[in-house]
Amino acid sequence: MQNQNNQEYLSAIQAAFGADVLTHEEAFGMLNIEMTPARIHEAISWLQQHQDLSVNYLTNIAGVHYPESAGREFAVVYQLHSWKNNLRLRIKGYLPKENLHIASITDLFAGANWMERETYDFFGIIFDGHPDLRRILNMDDMDYFPMRKEYVLEDATREDKDDRFFGRNNNEL
Amino acid sequence: MGKIEDLETINGEGYQLTTLDKAIALARANSVWPLPFATSCCGIEFMATMGSAYDLSRFGMERMSFTPRQADLLIVAGTISKKLGPVLKRVYEQMAEPKWVLSVGACACSGGIFDTYSVLQGIDRIIPVDVYVPGCPPRPEQIIEGVMNIHELVKKESNRRRYSEEYKHLLGTYEIDIDQHAESK
Repeated sequence: MQNQNNQEYLSAIQAAFGADVLTHEEAFGMLNIEMTPARIHEAISWLQQHQDLSVNYLTNIAGVHYPESAGREFAVVYQLHSWKNNLRLRIKGYLPKENLHIASITDLFAGANWMERETYDFFGIIFDGHPDLRRILNMDDMDYFPMRKEYVLEDATREDKDDRFFGRNNNEL
Repeated sequence: MGKIEDLETINGEGYQLTTLDKAIALARANSVWPLPFATSCCGIEFMATMGSAYDLSRFGMERMSFTPRQADLLIVAGTISKKLGPVLKRVYEQMAEPKWVLSVGACACSGGIFDTYSVLQGIDRIIPVDVYVPGCPPRPEQIIEGVMNIHELVKKESNRRRYSEEYKHLLGTYEIDIDQHAESK
């Protein structure tokens, strides 16, 4: 750890959550922690209420799809920010595709509401306890989750587009 | 208005005769009220077209109508996402007859570069389009040419277009029932 603050945060979280802190790394000066998904809600709540760590701001929630890695196909990434210490950290939880449930943090951060809806919209990750989990950006009658890599990005109804002009080879589709 | 030109007329001392259809069509063509449905960069080009340098008022079009009820021409300029599709269709349905549609730019015409799950691949999938203006985005000159082509259509349009079987059939292909609309108004 290059950043002294990152080390302090990591030590505090490890002391509090022990074996549930699975891996950690420092990427571009930012602390990354992978945790057991079931305890992420508790960890964020603890970080938020902690006197010194004081992680008071939720920057973003995002999803990632790793279709190749069996048993941990989906990641939920929380980007958090402590205004008091001017420190950002990232918490990740990996979910298997059979059970895409994780606890909603809308009770901790009201701003998580739309972020979780967006993550649901694009990846189909279900946030248990969310007050109104429905699509937010895509049309309501869409019947799949478009950012999952098993779906092609291109529109299926297109008729007049030549793949060569889009930098794609016809055989790849 | 002065003397009517470009029309079949019978001229005499102090009078000029033509058919009502043609006179009305000419008046319409010179005072089209556009509804700009602008969503992105084509909308910016359209604003330039409206501005003093290119000046749509030369065509009697300076009065932008932001209510579909009082618009004759729907100008769709920009990317239309699939989620916006039903909104656009509703705006079109709310316009009173006679009405025309100008599709400005590659995105409105065909989805443009946005070959992706969220973008409608051309507005002609949900509403009938009269004139397409290509370009990404088209320059104001091109938009003006599109508008002038609309004017040519307006000049030749029959006053009874809305009752024709052809027109009903066309709207039927877009699942718009014109008779039902006439009743609901």
